[in-house]
Amino acid sequence: MQENQKHLREAAEKLLSDKKVDVIIGYERGTLPLRTRPVFIREPDETKKLVWNSRCENNLSFYLKTAKGKVGIVAKGCDARSIVGLIKERQVKREDIFIIGVPCPGIIDRKKIEDTLEGRDLQEGVESDSQVILKGEGFEEKADKDKLLHSSCTTCTHRNPVLYDTLIGKEIPEPKMDEYSDVEEFSSKKDNERWTYFNDETSRCIRCYACRNACPSCYCPQCFVDQSLPTWFGRTPHPSDTLIFHMIRTLHTAGRCVDCGTCSRVCPMNVELQILNKKAEKDVKELYGYEVGTNLEELPPMATFKIDDPQEFIK
Amino acid sequence: MKEGQTVDTEKAGWEPRIIAFLCNWCSYAGADLAGISRLQYPPNVRVIRVPCSGRVNPYFIIKSLQHGVDGVLVSGCHPGDCHYINGNLVARRRFAIFKSILEFMGVEKGRVQFSWISAAEGERFSQVIKEVTEEIKALGPGKRFVKEI
Repeated sequence: MQENQKHLREAAEKLLSDKKVDVIIGYERGTLPLRTRPVFIREPDETKKLVWNSRCENNLSFYLKTAKGKVGIVAKGCDARSIVGLIKERQVKREDIFIIGVPCPGIIDRKKIEDTLEGRDLQEGVESDSQVILKGEGFEEKADKDKLLHSSCTTCTHRNPVLYDTLIGKEIPEPKMDEYSDVEEFSSKKDNERWTYFNDETSRCIRCYACRNACPSCYCPQCFVDQSLPTWFGRTPHPSDTLIFHMIRTLHTAGRCVDCGTCSRVCPMNVELQILNKKAEKDVKELYGYEVGTNLEELPPMATFKIDDPQEFIK
Repeated sequence: MKEGQTVDTEKAGWEPRIIAFLCNWCSYAGADLAGISRLQYPPNVRVIRVPCSGRVNPYFIIKSLQHGVDGVLVSGCHPGDCHYINGNLVARRRFAIFKSILEFMGVEKGRVQFSWISAAEGERFSQVIKEVTEEIKALGPGKRFVKEI
C-alpha cells in the first residue's frame, strides 16, 4: 500500500507536469484519524498530498459529472465500474478523463471502527498490511482489517479496475466466491420477515436524500421525489413513503448500480438497504446476462430489450 | 354509507378491488370484445386505459397499493404486436425487475400481475380476470405499502 501511494504520487506529478490533465481527483488525509477526503490537485508540487490506503472510501467518479477540462481520477475497482457506466450513459467523455487505476483489497468501514471503539475517542490510527492499530487515551488496540471491511467489499469480485489508462502497482487476485450468497440467504426467509426487515430499516430514514445525492448513478437534473408539478411522490417520512422512495430508487439504479456502498456509507441514520441493490444487480445478471460496468459496448439492460427475453411471470 | 366511511374489508363478504392497466390497442380492445360478446367476468376490476403497457410507470402500481387496492393487473399486447413497435418489450424488462424486487421485499406473489391479451382475445380477457380475481381473493386484503394516516 505504501509502495502504491508512492507510485500514485509519482504518476500524478508526471501527469500534471506533462500537462496531460488539468486536475487530478484523489484522496488526501482527513482531519480525523483514519479518515480521508477527496482532493482536487492542479499543481505538480501539491501531489504529495495524495494518499492511498484502505480508508479511501469515496467513490470519486461522482465528481466527474461536474468536473471541467481533462480530469485525472484515482479509481478503485468499483469506481472504475461507475466510470464505465457514466461513459456509457454519456455523462462523461472517455477522452476527457485519465483513469489512474488502483487495485483495491477492500475498504475499511468507519462505522465498524466506531463499533469496535464502543464510544471511546480515537486519537490516532495506524494501518499495516493486515491490521489497524487504534490508539486513544488509555487504550491501544489491534483490529484485523478483514473484520472491518465494508460489507460491499466482502463480496466484491472486481477488485482490479476494469478500465484504466495507467495502473498503480500490480493487479491483485480476484477472490473466487459466490457474490450473491447474502441475497440468496435473504431470499430464503419468509415474506413477513423480509417485509419487517425493510420496514425496520426504512423506518429510520429521515428523507435527507444523502444516499441519492452521493450516488454516482443519480444525476437526473430533477429527481422523481423532487417533482412538484404535480407532487405525485409522497415526501413525508411516513413508513410507506420512505419504503417507496427506496424501492423506486433501486429500480432506477437497477442495471447501473455497481454496489460501491456509497449510499449506506453516507447515511446518517445507518439505513442498510444494500441487499436491495444487490438483488437488482443479481436479477439483471441472471435474466439478461449483463454485468454492470464491465464493458463499454453493451447497452444498459434497462435501455434495451430482446424479443426472447424471459417472461415466465407474464400470464 | 356516509361520506368518508370506508368498507370494512375484514368482514365476511369482502370483495377485492383490483386495478387493471390495459393498453389502448390490445388489452383494452380485448376487454371491449369481452363486453360486446356479453362474456361474464368478476366486477372487481377497475380499468384504467393507458396508451401502451410501456406507459405504466412502476410507481402507478405502487401508488395503487399505497391507496389500498388489493391487486393490480397490467396488460398489454403480445410481444411483436405493440402499436409502438417495442413499448411492451421495454415494459417487460422493467416489470421483470420490478416484480422480482417487489416479491423480494415481501409483497405476496400474485398481488401484482402481468398479462398479454390481444384485441381478439375477449374470451381470454374474461378468463384472466377470473383467475386474477380468484388469486387475489385467496391472498386477502392488501396490506403492504398501504399508507394509513
